Amino acid sequence: MKSEYKTLGTSQNSLIKKIRSSEIFYNYKHNLPGIIGSVIFVVTILIAIIGPFFTPQNPYNLVDISLSNSYLPPAWVEGGTIRFLLGTDGQGRDILSAIIYGSRLSLFISITAMILSCTFGILAGLIAGYYGGKIESILMRITDIQLSFPATLLAIFIMTVFGRGVDKVIVALVLVGWVRYARTVRGEVLREKTREYVDASKTIGLFDRAIMFKHILPNTLTPVVVLSTIQVGTFILTEATLSFLGVGVEITKPSLGLLVKNGFDVMFSGCWWISVFPGLYIMIIVFGINLLGDFLRDELNPKLK
Amino acid sequence: MLKLVIKRLFQMVLVLLIVSLIVFILSSMIGDPVSLMVPENASPEEVQAAREYLGLDKPIHVQYLIFMRDVVKGNFGRSYRYYQPAMKVILERIPATLEIVFLSVLITGVLSVLFGVYAGAYPKRSSSKTIMTFSIIGISLPSFWLGMMMIFIFSIYFGWLPPSGRGQLGTFLGIKSSLFTLNGLKHLILPAITLSLANIATLIRLIRAGMQETLKQDYIKYARSKGVSQRDVLYKHALPNTLIPVITIFGLQVGELIAFTTITETVFAWPGIGKLLIDSIYSVDKPIIVSYLMIVSAMFVMINFLVDITYIIIDPRVKIK
Amino acid sequence: MGELLIVKNLKTYFKTFKGLVKSVDGVDLTLDRGETLGIVGESGGGKSVTGFSIIKLIEEPGEIVDGQIIFEGEDLVNKSEKQMEEIRGKEISMIFQDPMTALNPILSIKKQIDEALQLHTNMNKSERLHAGIELLRSVGIPNPEVRIESFPHELSGGMRQRVIIAIAMATNPKLIIADEPTTALDVTIQAQILKLMKELVEKNNNSLILITHNLAVVSEMTDKVMVMYCGKVMERGSTQTIIRSSSHPYTRGLLSSIPRFRSNRKRLDTIEGIVPNMYDLPKGCYFAPRCKYRKPLCETEQPHMTEITKDHFVYCHFPLTDGDNSK
Repeated sequence: MKSEYKTLGTSQNSLIKKIRSSEIFYNYKHNLPGIIGSVIFVVTILIAIIGPFFTPQNPYNLVDISLSNSYLPPAWVEGGTIRFLLGTDGQGRDILSAIIYGSRLSLFISITAMILSCTFGILAGLIAGYYGGKIESILMRITDIQLSFPATLLAIFIMTVFGRGVDKVIVALVLVGWVRYARTVRGEVLREKTREYVDASKTIGLFDRAIMFKHILPNTLTPVVVLSTIQVGTFILTEATLSFLGVGVEITKPSLGLLVKNGFDVMFSGCWWISVFPGLYIMIIVFGINLLGDFLRDELNPKLK
Repeated sequence: MLKLVIKRLFQMVLVLLIVSLIVFILSSMIGDPVSLMVPENASPEEVQAAREYLGLDKPIHVQYLIFMRDVVKGNFGRSYRYYQPAMKVILERIPATLEIVFLSVLITGVLSVLFGVYAGAYPKRSSSKTIMTFSIIGISLPSFWLGMMMIFIFSIYFGWLPPSGRGQLGTFLGIKSSLFTLNGLKHLILPAITLSLANIATLIRLIRAGMQETLKQDYIKYARSKGVSQRDVLYKHALPNTLIPVITIFGLQVGELIAFTTITETVFAWPGIGKLLIDSIYSVDKPIIVSYLMIVSAMFVMINFLVDITYIIIDPRVKIK
Repeated sequence: MGELLIVKNLKTYFKTFKGLVKSVDGVDLTLDRGETLGIVGESGGGKSVTGFSIIKLIEEPGEIVDGQIIFEGEDLVNKSEKQMEEIRGKEISMIFQDPMTALNPILSIKKQIDEALQLHTNMNKSERLHAGIELLRSVGIPNPEVRIESFPHELSGGMRQRVIIAIAMATNPKLIIADEPTTALDVTIQAQILKLMKELVEKNNNSLILITHNLAVVSEMTDKVMVMYCGKVMERGSTQTIIRSSSHPYTRGLLSSIPRFRSNRKRLDTIEGIVPNMYDLPKGCYFAPRCKYRKPLCETEQPHMTEITKDHFVYCHFPLTDGDNSK
């Protein structure tokens, strides 16, 4: 019994081997966009984690900010100070600090939503793909209908019903985002189902659950990794859009999107720095994620080899 | 083929029914219309009367049926904010939104094909790599921020274009639109570009990948052996084959466009249904929200349907089946 | 002399990540008007690349690095892409191996024939349609007026190849290059197609280069033969001479592996060994490792072309001169 189990185990090992094989690392070293993307991503995460210890001010703490500092321009413009490098907003919040804290919030929301939608989506896709039949067709109907409706609009509507708040934004993102995972995983499962090792597992009496999780799942992970990377970027933009439209996070703890909104309200008064810098930072983060995602997609796609 | 069309129509209706159900359920969770209708110091009897008047005392499934009956009649209730039938309010604003969408589709189609075909045919040139870098930047930009940047640069700094609002209307072939005046176009350009950029970027990537794939095919080499020029090889042989799968994505994009008009119209203070939706969300104007969703859902379903039909028409391999 | 095509020392190399592949490494050939030349060899031997090189359809990472392709007195190697576009489809046409993938799936047959005619003739639209229908008739397609409106996937393999032949003949080119025209077809159809090609080419006095791995086909169809192996020409001469008394061990090997009806042999002869890795070719004669006549010199030194008769050349240190292939 044991020895047969071991040979079936090779179905998992192929993925791990794939990742650790030197070909990917070799290509990585020569792929400039991939390197830039991952560096940007790692740096932004570091900034989000450690940054708050170095900022001149905690923009979420009402005690720290003072209206006397409001609407100061960036340091290099006349009227600005070094202390508030990128200027301040209408409440006297330092824009640089606000960006660092805001990025923390935006990344937290997006990564959490990604993990959750990934989990639910994978489960749904595995079950649908493996069991087939009615379960599968119902699931596919649902995903079809949901996918034909623009995600952003759906998220706006969900938030309209729920009201503002970080937790609600995460739920909305998950509700919108699980579909892609489900479809992708189901497609992969359908492909894997026909492979010999599945029949072999069934013959030796392995439980469905064991087959699904221990054998099929690892082999379907490649597109999931690519999808997850890109989803974080998509979620960051969606959350920013929701916050900008006023149906995202609460006003007291602004995410990057909400910071841009604050700048929007005073757009014509000349205080450009309030919206330019936060938005620019959003772009940089998502740009890095997309570069990384592209690299992963090209590397992990067997068709292009 | 007729069978296919009818099957699709049935699916359309089914989807619309499901959407209407979801819209109904969720909208019943938004706000309490009774409290908006009666004065603060109303007596319990008056509140009850208002409740009955609005039909809110009836069981939920009856309410849904009444709702559907009204929907079919085109009656979505009266807007709380505008005191007019919701349908009328929306219909008045649709032309404005359609203007930006139309211009955006035009710009997107032309630019993404031009750049996508070029980058796909000559992927190693540095100009192609530049195009690709810009397209990655394009999909990384938050569109509301892009809109604001465009206003900062072209309107505030250079002063070339107006910062917001819709321009003058002109008439052409009996249609009134701001597309037909110079002033109108000046107002349209920035919003249309803002709306297009993400889609252009996505389509460039798709078309480029598709072209690279297609250009490897035998029939391309065969066409060349017949002496077909490079330009004709690209545009008459490769592009049509590449576009077939791209059209499905483009159809979905038009749906996304309508969603993104909410953002663009908010940034540019454009008087279309997108801005109307956002304003209505703020003021919890339920009839408008509900009717917006129903109308927009109907539009998506229609667009998806059209895309499917187009697919069937242009790909001769599908026709026979 | 009326020579239509003279190829001298043609070299087409491919620069890949794994190394340099010398697909065509010093090929010479001549072809007169109305002559048919067969280029024979195993897969990867360089025959298709030779064909594509003549019409200059070599794409990256390949490149014609040396040699001359003198067509009607002019060297094609020096010609620009624009100039080649005038020649392709008009003076030189090609017949591709797989008619399903060669025809554009979303364009009708009518459009694809029309394109060739529009590019290279002055006919107007209705003249082209008429000519297209007649072309289809001449290649044996029944009901051509109706068939011309079809799409490639609606036709059978044999019919598609007839369409390709029709397009190739449309402008009455001086030279037709047929790259394994029957390999993708059913065995039963192959003979029909070959017969059709032979008839058309004889009638119009076109020159034909027939690329195939099948020596049996060549013996029926061609005036001259060129045998290639790993990018080099092993032997060339008139078909009669080569079939009856070839001098190269490789050619002998190919000939004896053709099944023959009345032979007494119980087993087919095969050529021992496998084709070498193109990234790692042998030092001496490329065929030496598989040659049953090999001598030490063959393994260390490259042979050179030896002239046996005026129109029979062999690339071998020790050409077989016993003049009889039945041994």
